[in-house]
Amino acid sequence: MNAKTKFDWGKLVHWRFFMPIVCLFLVLLVNVIQTPDFFVISINNGVLYGYLIDIINRASELVILAVGMTLVTAASGGQDISVGAVMAVAAGICCQILSGGAVSTNTLMAPMAIAILAALAASVLCGAFNGFLVSVLGIQPMVATLILFTAGRGIAQLVTKGQITYVRVDSYRVMGGYIGACPVPTPVFFAIGVVLVVNLVLNKTALGLYIESVGVNGSASRLVGLNSTHIKFLTYVIMGLLSGVAGIVASSRIYSADANNIGLNLEMDAILAVALGGNNLGGGRFNLMGSVIGAYTIQALTTTLYAMKVSADQLPVYKAIVVIIIVVIQSPVFQKKFRSMRHGKAVTVNAG
Amino acid sequence: MKKWLSVILASVMAVSFTACGNSSTATNGAANGDASAAVSAAASSDTGTASMKTESGKTITVGFSQVGAESDWRTANTTSMKDTFSTANGFNLVFDDAQQKQENQITAIRNFIQQEVDYIVLAPVTETGWDTVLKEAKDANIPVIIVDRMVKVSDESLFTAWVGSNFKLEGQKAAAWLKNFADAKGLKGSDLHIVDIQGTIGASAQIGRTEGLEEAAKEYGWDLLAKESGEFTQAKGQEVMESFIKQYPNLNVVYCENDNEAFGAIDALTAAGKTVGPDIKNGQIMVLSFDSTKAGLTDTLKGKITLNTECNPLHGPRVKKIIDTLESGGTVDKKAYVDEEMFSADTTVTQVSVGGENFNVTKLTQEVLDKRAY
Repeated sequence: MNAKTKFDWGKLVHWRFFMPIVCLFLVLLVNVIQTPDFFVISINNGVLYGYLIDIINRASELVILAVGMTLVTAASGGQDISVGAVMAVAAGICCQILSGGAVSTNTLMAPMAIAILAALAASVLCGAFNGFLVSVLGIQPMVATLILFTAGRGIAQLVTKGQITYVRVDSYRVMGGYIGACPVPTPVFFAIGVVLVVNLVLNKTALGLYIESVGVNGSASRLVGLNSTHIKFLTYVIMGLLSGVAGIVASSRIYSADANNIGLNLEMDAILAVALGGNNLGGGRFNLMGSVIGAYTIQALTTTLYAMKVSADQLPVYKAIVVIIIVVIQSPVFQKKFRSMRHGKAVTVNAG
Repeated sequence: MKKWLSVILASVMAVSFTACGNSSTATNGAANGDASAAVSAAASSDTGTASMKTESGKTITVGFSQVGAESDWRTANTTSMKDTFSTANGFNLVFDDAQQKQENQITAIRNFIQQEVDYIVLAPVTETGWDTVLKEAKDANIPVIIVDRMVKVSDESLFTAWVGSNFKLEGQKAAAWLKNFADAKGLKGSDLHIVDIQGTIGASAQIGRTEGLEEAAKEYGWDLLAKESGEFTQAKGQEVMESFIKQYPNLNVVYCENDNEAFGAIDALTAAGKTVGPDIKNGQIMVLSFDSTKAGLTDTLKGKITLNTECNPLHGPRVKKIIDTLESGGTVDKKAYVDEEMFSADTTVTQVSVGGENFNVTKLTQEVLDKRAY
């Protein structure tokens, strides 16, 4: 009996989602003690209401970015740090087309589909630019994407003429708000949709396998007939597209394009989400759902600190401490120690 | 061989540096000569100064490092500067948008020094960390005028003058209004349950406005529930408000430190099924805001924002006055405040008093709103 539970426990520890989930639960656990009503979900004003809903809702953009970032990391062994800026570009283009060039509008000046498609096309273009630099020219990903990281917000400023462009139309607020009487916030659907579609593509086609093999050993993959350049390029294009989606959702939340602030510092959170998900930032094998859990962990941390009444000037310090703890727990050295500790225990139990 | 090369390079560098220094003193000398000639003319007619300068053919180059375009207020501030320091007025404005980053502003100031501009105008993103770069400007003999937020430097002589708002006074005015409002409605101090959505932590506007509220809360026994930063943005204001609503079901006053945060807070409150307005006795939640941008005042007129305390962004004319005085060889005050108003659609309180000085509360009408430029 004892041996059986031991066996299950060991299997659980080696399960690849174990660590990300443990971290998420650690963050949420604090709330059980500190804010007992943290987990209460009710219906208020016809929509779901509660801290958990806030976390799931607010994390949506980050989840979308984390999915793309995982693929980019796996294939190219580097990160795309331009995603926040690309979000701003997409938001800027979308709002600017909808407002017909004005600073604020109360009626749509162009069909929404055209604006969204144009915004997504621009973000795909940004992704293709990054992908070209990384895959064809072989530039280090962080250096290559640094270009759009700095220039992206400038482009967004140029598009919006340095103003915050407001689209005060109810139909534009749907993507960051609610669809009709549906009680679930729309961004959640975007996040779930992106995760489902990407998962489906990875599982139904060999793309996931290709990305992993290119990341593990690009030259070897080429020798067995994989075009590693194409695959790397493709991951950056996907990243661009997803940044665009995240940008439109973020812009719809505030029915405006705030070129300076949309997606600000979100690239770092997205990279952190990938790391928290137990992925190797050097590329190779990846764990998509781990990154998604990582993204929710980061938002859970922010919301938790709000709920715990941590004052604003101390917030970054607490965040940093928790992140350090989580990263240390997930580090290979610590995990090895942890496992050998368990094995050591098991041996003594057997001996006894 | 290498040693020799480095010596040669070093001496070339030294020569080029002295050359730079020389040329800058030369321009300054010329500027001084020009200014002394201008004094008599300026004395005869005050308004004619700008046109006179264009006649004499000398354009004044002003380098302006702006924080960014994070809010409508900031945009109005930029527009005011651009309009004032136009080519028609005899100025050449070099504008730099720092996109909220101090390092960008430092780079911009260094560029201005290299370009040998006549004046540097700086709207700092934060208060600290300016000593080195302002020292460089001082060494280059370029007067620096700080606008909007204040800088904290070890040596006050590092900048020539500061133009901006008295943020502490703004906070005090809003708090005094709230006190008068509560008295008029027969509310006790302990009946006011206030949350504060702060600005970017460390910004002068945040510090002054938070202080104004905190002091009043202590004095009048208000229930100040919590304060959290909304970073002066709508998205963050909305997120923070969502959290506040859940933590403090009894809150009835939201003190937003700028209009953009107020928009976010109002959205969050409405989404949670609350109504915003001045009738806090009957469950409405009162929103106080700062800045009084056109969009903010539109919400004030609709009754969503009960009190909007102005933060006047039209710094251009005030800065120009200082530059004109300096050009004519005069001395300027270290601190210059701009005049600011208060707007409310609610007429319960018409006047507040802070430190013995009275301030009128303007009743907002469509007419007042239409006259608003930004």
